Amino acid sequence: MKNLLDERKTKFQALKDIRSRIIKGTMPVKKTYTPEMRIKDIADKGTFREFRFGFSTGDPLGFPDYKRKKEEIQKNTGVKEAVLSGTCCIDGHNAVIAVMDRRFLMGSMGIAVGEIITRTFEYADAHRQPCIIFTASGGARMQEGMFSLMQMAKTAAAAEKYKRNGGLYIVCLTNPTTGGVSASFASLGDITLAEPGALICFAGPRVIEQTIGQALPKGFQISEYLEEHGFVDRIVRRDEMRAVLSQLLKLHEVPKMKTSGKEYYRGRQ
Amino acid sequence: MIEGIRGSRKNSELTPAERVYLARLEERPKIYDFIESLFTDFFECKGDRAGKEDRSICGGIALFEGLPVTVLGHRKGRSLEENLACNFGMPGPEGYRKALRLMKEAEKFSRPVITFIDTPGAYPGIDAEKFGQSGAIAENLAFMSTMQVPVITFITGEGNSGGALAIAVANKVYMLENAVYSILSPEGFCSIMWKDAARVKEACSMMKCTAQELYDFGITDGILREHEGGAQNDIGAVCMEIRDVLRRELNRYSGMNGNDIAAERQKKYRNIDVRFIVQ
Repeated sequence: MKNLLDERKTKFQALKDIRSRIIKGTMPVKKTYTPEMRIKDIADKGTFREFRFGFSTGDPLGFPDYKRKKEEIQKNTGVKEAVLSGTCCIDGHNAVIAVMDRRFLMGSMGIAVGEIITRTFEYADAHRQPCIIFTASGGARMQEGMFSLMQMAKTAAAAEKYKRNGGLYIVCLTNPTTGGVSASFASLGDITLAEPGALICFAGPRVIEQTIGQALPKGFQISEYLEEHGFVDRIVRRDEMRAVLSQLLKLHEVPKMKTSGKEYYRGRQ
Repeated sequence: MIEGIRGSRKNSELTPAERVYLARLEERPKIYDFIESLFTDFFECKGDRAGKEDRSICGGIALFEGLPVTVLGHRKGRSLEENLACNFGMPGPEGYRKALRLMKEAEKFSRPVITFIDTPGAYPGIDAEKFGQSGAIAENLAFMSTMQVPVITFITGEGNSGGALAIAVANKVYMLENAVYSILSPEGFCSIMWKDAARVKEACSMMKCTAQELYDFGITDGILREHEGGAQNDIGAVCMEIRDVLRRELNRYSGMNGNDIAAERQKKYRNIDVRFIVQ
């Protein structure tokens, strides 16, 4: 008991130190919850292995400034694309995980993001593992034009194929999940979770207000609203995410069993 | 100025912005023109079976030269009154759910699905969002990727955003010469990229949304010629073009088994951007 108290005391002290350093300006403030931080909070320590697909995508439309902008973000943040994916263990359960990154052009989906998401599903399918995706995206990436729109068909097809083969697909909608991403793989989960207070929609509030010419009701298109209207299974806070995912994986970890002559398989072997 | 392009300019000389204008003309052939001249015995099916009928999607069963097919498409009107009744061709979730219902029936009865695209996009409204616009579109994309019957799509007017794609995941996509197919309406594109609505013309060329550009990208499978100055000048001729394509394509698919048809479609969308992915 005394140990526990001591532990809490030191933790509290550490937090206090960080806070004072932030206030003094000697330490940068971490505003965004990056995919790396999320995976660290969810996955068992040291189990995350990032996929290295090793492909690169070009600039199909020859869009002005697009290449330069991408390179600049890559240089400044070290982020390669708007999604990070790999394999990990969550509370001892194997899983494939992809986390979208809104720091990279608002998490928009172009060829690269569509391809990574598709390959993530394909990997999960081939290795018969559950697939967990955290979405955060402003929608299709405008700079890649029609190729971005085609990613909707590509990723939706990959999700559907994986699900039909018996795969478990858990999606967690985080702020924001809109447009082409919300209208493709983000809306196809077997289980749909959402973070509190996230904007989740197809058309954004500004577009709707412009179209209908009136103000939107309070809380419209926010996670809680979607839960109330039947589109989300559960709203999950970050501090309980790991526990909820672990529970879901456990619930789907049915041992190989015979059901009407057909062998069903879910989750870990 | 832009008025002058009706009839006086050659199609090959039109700029992307002029094509967008032509694609949106009220006189442009609409889904009911195509149904009337291409099919017989059309029986319209209405409603999503969950409480709503969305007139911006028109669908039903018909015969194409004796072969039963399912026809689906966006409905636009020719007058303000007609357009208000069909919401300017902008479907809500109930429209997509109706389409999904009809496609499921088409699969059950092994009918090819023929879709006609002409929409400014899915409707951005309170009810549409409340009743799950994104989910409805996503379900369509997922289901269409697995369908065992051939799906053939014609982009006849403007095809914008997920609102068009939701009934356009097809084995073959054909486009009329002056039709446009893009990720978003040029106006929406301007507002997102530059927050400036005045740069529409620039956006039209930047987005690469014309039939020729998309054919060169390998996103569409063919271009159908229109009468000089736009399809509205000779609706019959455009319908003849569509009829020839349909006859040829349906003939090709008639001998194929369902799994191969689905696999062909899946492969098409899996590899649609493959030339821009460098290993």
